[in-house]
Amino acid sequence: MSAQKNRVATGGRIDRSKPVRFTFDGKTYYGYQGDSLASALLANGVTLVGRSFKYHRPRGIISAGAEEPNALMEVGTGARREPNTRAPQIELYDGLVTASQNRWPSLDFDLGAVNSAVSRFLPSGFYYKTFKWPKDGWMFYEKFIRRMAGLGTGPTETDPDRYDKLYAHCDVMVVGGGPAGLAAALAAGRAGARVVLVDEQSELGGALLSERDRTIDGKPAAEWVAAASAELGNMPEVRVLTRTTAFAYLDANMLSCVERLTDHIGPNATGPRQRLWRIRAKKVILATGSIERPLVYSDNDRPGCMLASAARTYVNRYGATPGQRVVIMTNNDTAYQTALDLTAAGVSVAAVVDLRANPTGALPQAARAKGIEIIENSAITHVKGTKQVREVDVQALTSDGKGVTGSARHLYCDTVLSSGGWQPTVHLHSQTRAKVVWDDGIQAFVPGPIMPGQNNRSVGSARGAFGLNEALNEGHNAGAEAAAKFGFSNVTGNAPSAEAEPDAQPLRSLWIVPSNVPVGQGGKHFVDYQNDVTAADVMLAHREGYVSVEHLKRYTTMGMATDQGKTSNVNALAIMAGLKNVSIPEVGTTTFRPPYTPVTFGVFAGSDKGDFLDPIRKTPIHQWHAEHGAPFECVGQWHRAWYYPKPGEDMHAAVNREVKATRDSVGIVDASTLGKIDIQGPDAAWFLNMVYTNAWTKLEPGKCRYGFMCGEDGMVFDDGVTSRISENHFHMTTTTGGAPRVMSWLEEWHQCEWPDKKVYFTSVTEQWAVFALNGPNSRKVLEKVVSDIDLSEEAFPFMTWRDCTVAGVKARIYRISFTGELSYEVNIPPSYALHVWRALMTAGEEFSITPYGTEALHVLRAEKGFVIVGQETDGTMTPQDLGFEWIIGKAKPDFIGRRSHLRSDTKRPDRKHLVGLLTENPNDVLAEGAQVVEHVKDKPPMTMIGHVTSSYWSPNAGRSIAMAVIKNGRNRMGQTVYLPYDGKVIAAKISKPTFLEDGAPANG
Amino acid sequence: MLLISCPYCGPRDEHEFSYGHEAHIARPTLEQQNTMTDAEWADYLFMRKNPKGVHFERWVHARGCRQWFNVARHTVTHEIIKVYKMGEPAPKLEQK
Repeated sequence: MSAQKNRVATGGRIDRSKPVRFTFDGKTYYGYQGDSLASALLANGVTLVGRSFKYHRPRGIISAGAEEPNALMEVGTGARREPNTRAPQIELYDGLVTASQNRWPSLDFDLGAVNSAVSRFLPSGFYYKTFKWPKDGWMFYEKFIRRMAGLGTGPTETDPDRYDKLYAHCDVMVVGGGPAGLAAALAAGRAGARVVLVDEQSELGGALLSERDRTIDGKPAAEWVAAASAELGNMPEVRVLTRTTAFAYLDANMLSCVERLTDHIGPNATGPRQRLWRIRAKKVILATGSIERPLVYSDNDRPGCMLASAARTYVNRYGATPGQRVVIMTNNDTAYQTALDLTAAGVSVAAVVDLRANPTGALPQAARAKGIEIIENSAITHVKGTKQVREVDVQALTSDGKGVTGSARHLYCDTVLSSGGWQPTVHLHSQTRAKVVWDDGIQAFVPGPIMPGQNNRSVGSARGAFGLNEALNEGHNAGAEAAAKFGFSNVTGNAPSAEAEPDAQPLRSLWIVPSNVPVGQGGKHFVDYQNDVTAADVMLAHREGYVSVEHLKRYTTMGMATDQGKTSNVNALAIMAGLKNVSIPEVGTTTFRPPYTPVTFGVFAGSDKGDFLDPIRKTPIHQWHAEHGAPFECVGQWHRAWYYPKPGEDMHAAVNREVKATRDSVGIVDASTLGKIDIQGPDAAWFLNMVYTNAWTKLEPGKCRYGFMCGEDGMVFDDGVTSRISENHFHMTTTTGGAPRVMSWLEEWHQCEWPDKKVYFTSVTEQWAVFALNGPNSRKVLEKVVSDIDLSEEAFPFMTWRDCTVAGVKARIYRISFTGELSYEVNIPPSYALHVWRALMTAGEEFSITPYGTEALHVLRAEKGFVIVGQETDGTMTPQDLGFEWIIGKAKPDFIGRRSHLRSDTKRPDRKHLVGLLTENPNDVLAEGAQVVEHVKDKPPMTMIGHVTSSYWSPNAGRSIAMAVIKNGRNRMGQTVYLPYDGKVIAAKISKPTFLEDGAPANG
Repeated sequence: MLLISCPYCGPRDEHEFSYGHEAHIARPTLEQQNTMTDAEWADYLFMRKNPKGVHFERWVHARGCRQWFNVARHTVTHEIIKVYKMGEPAPKLEQK
């Protein structure tokens, strides 16, 4: 095993007895169980881990957490490759494969770095400025720019992993398992409340995992965390979810969380990879901690530049040091703890450069006592080294902090740590659309009042209370109070307590750390590392008038990368405030939106993909269709037999045969998908009068009637045949796809408009299987299997129904037709469907009975001019437009849509009408959707007067047939129109929308 | 995701419901229909309030009891101020 040159000999939460092998950019390294990818890379002395977004600058690891802007990795291979993951949040496992991003051909030698040399031509807004000329230039440049300025690439293969979803409800949800969160969960859990505690890390403890020598209740912090974790684990009403990120705070106290179940094990793990939790809590305690701000100094992005707190985490928690010789720059006391911890681990701290004069807090004093040099009232003005920090220059600050003075000191170092103060992690609070407010004392945004309808409380450093005792106290009190409010008042134990905080002095806000040349002229002062936005870019935006925070964001792209500006937003706002000479809250703040960290799409899909994306509905004899070779057509959720090809037949041949056989002898179709609604009650007839355009009161029991339903706007909404079973009982049929919509429509009108009417609706679509016999021989077929009723024309006329027995099965037959032929629709209970179908097929053998599918059904109805709602109509067609003037109940006082039919526009005689189209060449079958024009021009635009709605080859007419909606169509009979498409022009004559010579109307 | 208290089933997640439209829009009587202008009819058909504040609206428990009911909801905060049955008058609320 190769030596890990930056690994500390002892200490940390890694297991040195368990080495773990991994690769980065193809090279093999070793770390230990418990390492993150970031800590393992640092331990191996790998400081160059990526190239920046725009300038392709070499970049190193900045942070030790979710805020990481630089160290974005592609993890895994093939279909499992995941781009843009943050190295500090990737747990090491044996065989982990990782790669850097946004470099070509290699990380070490990246051609894109030329962008850095020409960076003065790539200022903020350069996309808008540079590539907009000539007019179509952007189209040309775009693909090159996208390749140069890119993040990782996603896999193109289907995601092989499984994902899971779960819902949970609780009294108290605690987000964050640091000291405040643990104290809250313990207090609420001990009282007996139902608690969910989520934490994004692999183990509970939060910031305590990075501590070296703190104690709680007299125990080392790590021991206290272990005891608290064990106690919570034993509470039956407490659920602890580690490796779980609460990434979205939604309405009414619901949080979306993603639990990473196997990402730390790798592709050989079993079970779902991740789980989406939707947790609805009565109270949410936000103990999400805080994020350190980097200082904005010249060339602060050189590999080796890091947050002071991150270095502390790496050395204390992971036993890995970011380098061998460190310079720290700070504006507050907390960075001195890093200096002390690094010194304790044997790392050389060359100096602490303090922006403040005369630091005398407890930690600076302790650092002095350890012999650490403090260079006060000074700043780092230059960072030297391209792929690794080599040296820094330090100069004294002028009195106003805006410049430097005196001669520079040169300090050799390989690491520069900075601390610019702390920003509470207010993301979840902000996601509820609650405001954040500026706290001058800590120079940071803290949570403002919560939103109505939400119930949450931020505690500890998440609300700006940075002391350990404050966190423990606030967490405990919040947990106890919440539990008591929900009836669990028996809180046991006191708040945990730690030793007092060291005395500290306030921080000094110096939002741009000056160098000895003006900002923008020497090195780059990066504000947003991930999107390569510098202090000079913010100044440029200000000069060009983009001073509102939202404009600043969009113009510079500051805060708009995958990290949502976790380390950059406050610095950018503060710089803008300085330029405008206003306070920071006057510039405003940005609203944080979900997700807190990126979430993979797979976990949102869960198992709702492939066959499980949408329900599939099959008819009771689906298997018979499949066995007879039928491909299926999707109609809504239904799978319907499309056609039944015989050996050697293509679709066209099969459909022609089916259509011909039905007109010549008899065909049979499975129409079970027809929507069916049972309507009962003394007001049923009254109700039908309101929802249909025609009259129903006088329809006698035993008879059927065709009707149109319109919306209140007068446009056709659905159609179908409804039959009167008895005085107060009707059987309605709807289009296959429209059944759920019609059912909801009837219920809404009944419940909301006419609730006093006594009428009841029941969906019976799946309670009846329907087989329609069509063709001149259909009666003869039926007579062979029906013995208990007279099927003659006189006894069982068109548009009536009869109860009878078909092949021994109780049935109801409707004599209605969608082909214009003699037709019987046989309705039977679905459990007998296959038996009856087979009996009909056997009875029909001597007449060569032919099963036909949906395609033949369409041709057969079009030959006779039957419309299909949704094909001939598109929400702009009235029944009158379709040629159904007769179906409007003139004598009826009222029905839905009636008033709209009286509007001047719907009464116009020259609206689009449904007509037929006969192509000049009978072999031309028009494309459905083709536009109709009167006068053809060489090229568009041409005045379009309508379009083709249905078009088929009609074997019975021996030519193509089409239906179309055309302006003033009924008054243009015989006129020739043109259909230009696909580079040709087809001429057609407007006709009536019925196409068979006999002109037999819809009966049979 | 909203938490909506169906007056018949109790509190349920928003995804069990479907939004309808603004509540308390009475359908004109036949007499009104016969005397109103096309513009007035269009107003009934299409014009809806879009307040910043409390909105009275109609929801249906589509994946539950299938009952329609009314909701007073704040369009800025998404707070559900009141849920009441179809046919009940809009509650008098202080405009937030």
